[in-house]
Amino acid sequence: MMANIIEIKGLSKTYFNKKALNNVTLTIEKGKVVGILGPNGSGKTTLIKILTGILRPSNGEVYIDGNKPGVATKSIVSYLPDRNFLYDWMNIQDAINFFKDFYQDFDEKKAYELLDFMKLNRDMKINSLSKGMMEKLNLTLVLSRNAKVYIFDEPIAGVDPVARDQILDAIINNYNEESTMLITTHLVRDMENIFDDVIFLREGEVYLQGNADRLREERNMKIDDLYKEIFGA
Amino acid sequence: MLNFNENLPIYIQIMNLIKKRIIKGELKEGDKLPSVRELSTELKVNPNTVQRSYQELERENLVYTQRGMGTFVTEDQNIIKELKQNVASNLVNSFIEDMKSLGFSLEDIVTIINDKIGEGK
Repeated sequence: MMANIIEIKGLSKTYFNKKALNNVTLTIEKGKVVGILGPNGSGKTTLIKILTGILRPSNGEVYIDGNKPGVATKSIVSYLPDRNFLYDWMNIQDAINFFKDFYQDFDEKKAYELLDFMKLNRDMKINSLSKGMMEKLNLTLVLSRNAKVYIFDEPIAGVDPVARDQILDAIINNYNEESTMLITTHLVRDMENIFDDVIFLREGEVYLQGNADRLREERNMKIDDLYKEIFGA
Repeated sequence: MLNFNENLPIYIQIMNLIKKRIIKGELKEGDKLPSVRELSTELKVNPNTVQRSYQELERENLVYTQRGMGTFVTEDQNIIKELKQNVASNLVNSFIEDMKSLGFSLEDIVTIINDKIGEGK
């Protein structure tokens, strides 16, 4: 049967006296596209930062493909290290070279194909890119690694509808059953159809987790409406 | 891109879309369905969901899969005829249920329908 690629048990993260994550227990199956849903401050980014080894858990256990986040997992988890990890003086070709040097599993051919698909030019300067172009470049770089887990943090936030569709298409086209995609978003309506499973995070806790179509069936509503019900006023 | 507006699981909405294409004759007996990848890109939905729709359609004997070739509409005309009848009968049933719930009798409904058809002539 399905193997779990990610296992999280009793995970908590406290910043000084603020609890960002509280006793989160989750399993994520291999080969799934998983939406991590919640408003700002719900703990999405903290969870991602722990999975990518940027932050350490205060309590609890996290395993990715059987290993705790660290050197071993960084080689199988593809994500953007930071919002501004690319330098202003770079052009897109420099960014690709930078990634190629950094990651052994970087597939240069795939990167160029994705750039074409995204209608981005290799000689475009990083500091001249619009928000939508920047997100498309980020997605290109992340998807060009042959990883087991891909993590996208708010990939369509603030992008125009054309770029949004290109990003969704790139995610769908690059999905394969050997890898898992984790996508955080609060733009549920635009993204809900690409998720196998959804996880609702509320105030640092898992409020609800399940197969998206099963939830639609049980609750007789779209995931977007369920989101509004859970987080609405 | 199709809008999935109904509060139904996406896989059922995709099944209904394929059934509609078959009923309308856009997909004929023996025609090849789009690949899972093609349809998931067209509809912007998860490929696993499209896969599930195809499996369920296969379970209903409306389509069959040939390894390495793809998924095809059944060549059995009786199954397609049955599909048309089922869809028509479901539509009529839900119409009758709606009318009944508003307090119309079956006779009222027949009268209304006859009048309506008369208008169209």
